[in-house]
Amino acid sequence: MNLIIFSGPPSSGKTSVILKVIESFQRRKINVGAVKFDCLYTDDDKLYEKAGIPIKKGLSGALCPDHFFASNIEDVVKWGNKKKLDLLITESAGLCNRCSPYLVGVKGVCVIDNLSGINTPKKIGPMLKSADLVAITKGDIVSQAEREVFASRVSAVNPKAVVMHINGLSGQGAYELSTMLYDEKQHLHSVQGMKLRFPMPSAMCSYCLGETRIGQNYQMGNTKKMIWEDGEK
Amino acid sequence: MKRLTIAQILHQYPFTVEFFQQNRLDITGFEQLCFEDYLEQLDERELEEKAIDPKNLPEELNEYIRQMSIFLGLEKNNKVQSLTILPGHDKKAVPENFDELVILPSQIVAIVGPTGSGKSRLLADIEWAAQRDTPTGRSILINNTLPDAKWRYSPNNKLVAQLSQNMNFVIDLSVKEFLRLHAQSRMAENEQKLSAEILAEANKLAGESFSEDTPVTSLSGGQSRALMIADTAILSASPIVLIDEIENAGIDRRKALELLISQDKIVLMATHDPLLALMADRRIVIRNGGIDAVLETTQDEKKLLEKMNRLDCIMQTARRELRAGKTLHPEKIFV
Ligand SMILES: Nc1nc2c(ncn2[C@@H]2O[C@H](COP(=O)(O)OP(=O)(O)OP(=O)(O)O)[C@@H](O)[C@H]2O)c(=O)[nH]1
Ligand SMILES: [Mg+2]
Ligand SMILES: [Zn+2]
Ligand SMILES: [Zn+2]
Repeated sequence: MNLIIFSGPPSSGKTSVILKVIESFQRRKINVGAVKFDCLYTDDDKLYEKAGIPIKKGLSGALCPDHFFASNIEDVVKWGNKKKLDLLITESAGLCNRCSPYLVGVKGVCVIDNLSGINTPKKIGPMLKSADLVAITKGDIVSQAEREVFASRVSAVNPKAVVMHINGLSGQGAYELSTMLYDEKQHLHSVQGMKLRFPMPSAMCSYCLGETRIGQNYQMGNTKKMIWEDGEK
Repeated sequence: MKRLTIAQILHQYPFTVEFFQQNRLDITGFEQLCFEDYLEQLDERELEEKAIDPKNLPEELNEYIRQMSIFLGLEKNNKVQSLTILPGHDKKAVPENFDELVILPSQIVAIVGPTGSGKSRLLADIEWAAQRDTPTGRSILINNTLPDAKWRYSPNNKLVAQLSQNMNFVIDLSVKEFLRLHAQSRMAENEQKLSAEILAEANKLAGESFSEDTPVTSLSGGQSRALMIADTAILSASPIVLIDEIENAGIDRRKALELLISQDKIVLMATHDPLLALMADRRIVIRNGGIDAVLETTQDEKKLLEKMNRLDCIMQTARRELRAGKTLHPEKIFV
């Protein structure tokens, strides 16, 4: 089985792009399944179901979705193998710009959209920086100049990535993307022992552990303070 | 790269400023160190705070310099002198009905056919420089040879610029700031001259003129369109421009096409408007996902175009007069 990890900011077009890519795979008779990771809520599973592919969803609830991803990806891969998939695609909502789900040795695709603003490439960190491929969506609603500026910033953050423009609505570019994703020779049985491409933050504060009260007395562990000048507060 | 200081890197490759900025690396005060030593001295806490992984950065900087150098060199001497489309087949695997289609810079080719007939697939084939490896089986040659891989994979060397039907800008900047931003991303040397030229050309296309201080989001539909076309003609790096139907509102479409071809662009234009389609010397007819015919515009059609342009002119005058609150007089309109 092949595994491909998709990530990207909320509403950037991940599901749209994945569904268009899946259409190409279905035409090639490649058996695809998907797993969607989100935090509180998602309806994406219904969209995948409609496309007629096996789908599981996992909600991280109180946890950062990428941490949740790391603790669950092994089971997800077991599921995919049991379903005899040729290709398993995971979609993670990149809610925490500090973390990213990509694994060394597994293709990672970041989906970002032209509408999110030209400072987005700088802001979203490892999720963009350590991807192998970057799919830029929603080019149909911005100008050629905006597309070029956005793409050049993406390549400054991640010069090694292949950058492609994909229209999530019409599917233009999705066929081409699909040809770069599937590798007939890869047979992944397990991800045990594999490594995250980018370490997640190691810090924990008292609020991570359920503290709800505000005030100096309740803050333990790794707390970080804003910088104030003398007399400013 | 190894032995160069950051100051030397910046001097030799000025565009690397963008790399440092976009990667949130604050190098001020460290210009005398080489890049590796700069990364070395960042403390671990700061690296974690800023989500920076120093391991791969030197290699990425090298790659960035390599790509940008190709890109900048390419613009100067590596022009696209011809685009060739070689036939594949339609959705039912019927071979396409032409031998080869060669398009040169400054030529306009119209694309006609019902919606969903395969126009965007044709465009995607060109964009991806297809090599019998897309669903149509077509191949694309550039300068009569197999296209270089950079046209596929490198973010700055895209073969096709697209003017879609969208008429609005999303970015919140003045015209001047907007053009500067685009020029900088292209590493253009004479930024100010280019901006002035684009503004002047855009104003020739737009009905009502606008200044460099106008916010791009408050331009009218026609003005936005004019700015997008002038900017694509003069500043876009892509040698091929694809146009998806130019609306007739508030813009001189003939001048727009003339501007694009004056900049040596290869223009492909999906349209059903006879005034545009007949301006092209050839048109591609698409049916069932395949190219059904490549037609030359005939002499009769060119004559017809002149007549239709006169009709168009009459309609436009009438519209202008109505807008100005006037009563229409046949002798004023049919001049
Ligand atoms: N105009 C345009 N809209 C797009 C494009 N791609 C996606 N969209 C729209 O953007 C919205 C969000 O797309 P999704 O595919 O659901 O995005 P997502 O990243 O999966 O969203 P989450 O999973 O909720 O984070 C939808 O309304 C899509 O129809 C595109 O290329 N152009
Ligand atoms: Mg989604
Ligand atoms: Zn996180
Ligand atoms: Zn916490």
